[in-house]
Amino acid sequence: MRRLMERVVFLFFAGLMLVGAISVILARNPVYSVLCLVLTMFAISGLFVLLHAYFIAVIQLVVYAGAVLVLFLFVLMLLDLGKPLPVFVRPWPLWLGAGLAGLGFLAALVQVISRGPATASRSVEGTTAAIGKLLFSQYLVPFEVTSLLLLAAIIGAVVLAKSRWPA
Amino acid sequence: MSAPLSWYLIASGCLFVIGLAGMMIRRNALMILLGIELLLNASNLSFVAMSAHRGDLHGQVVVFFIITVAALEVGIGLAIILLLHRLYRHLNVDEMRLLKW
Repeated sequence: MRRLMERVVFLFFAGLMLVGAISVILARNPVYSVLCLVLTMFAISGLFVLLHAYFIAVIQLVVYAGAVLVLFLFVLMLLDLGKPLPVFVRPWPLWLGAGLAGLGFLAALVQVISRGPATASRSVEGTTAAIGKLLFSQYLVPFEVTSLLLLAAIIGAVVLAKSRWPA
Repeated sequence: MSAPLSWYLIASGCLFVIGLAGMMIRRNALMILLGIELLLNASNLSFVAMSAHRGDLHGQVVVFFIITVAALEVGIGLAIILLLHRLYRHLNVDEMRLLKW
């Protein structure tokens, strides 16, 4: 019974995620696209909770949906694009390429997955304490390097925003 | 996890393909960035699913770093798009030809 409930919940969140993702790429209004991406991220966060990855689920909501996409919305509304660009007028070889790339990738993926995992699933609880223990012992150097990366990105964004094109 | 691992990986793969197709068919530079976000989220889902399957947390720490780097990349990408808008007054990537020879 519990297995069935987990599968039903998985199908709900995965379905919501895929519907949201398709709406992201097919919506006409860019604001609708970003809001559908927020919905998709909520669904992905639900899947993370189902996988016992609680810390990552909350980080996804707070940082990704709550900061990155809000920044996106800021810039989108700041630019005031006016009339939304028509979406479906790209040259047809691009559509064909996109379709073939998608189908090819899916075929390769299904072929790899259908060989099945070698061992049975183990379970681990992705709590904040557990991730913190790993992050600050084995992954300390990448953690510090990420802070340098953050500094570089902030400086880069400020420099770009202050630049003026030659008139 | 009692939903089988293959389900999670297939969902992640479908999300990846949707993001890839979205990057290829949209003309607005901001929408292309959204496609990149979908790609990153698909790989995040794949990492977390494999981490739960293996029983250790290395995949989730990698996802922590991926989310950080994605936030940075969106910040810089949006700064670049703002500059493009200042230059071109539109965001149609088909008509941005400065780098073409």
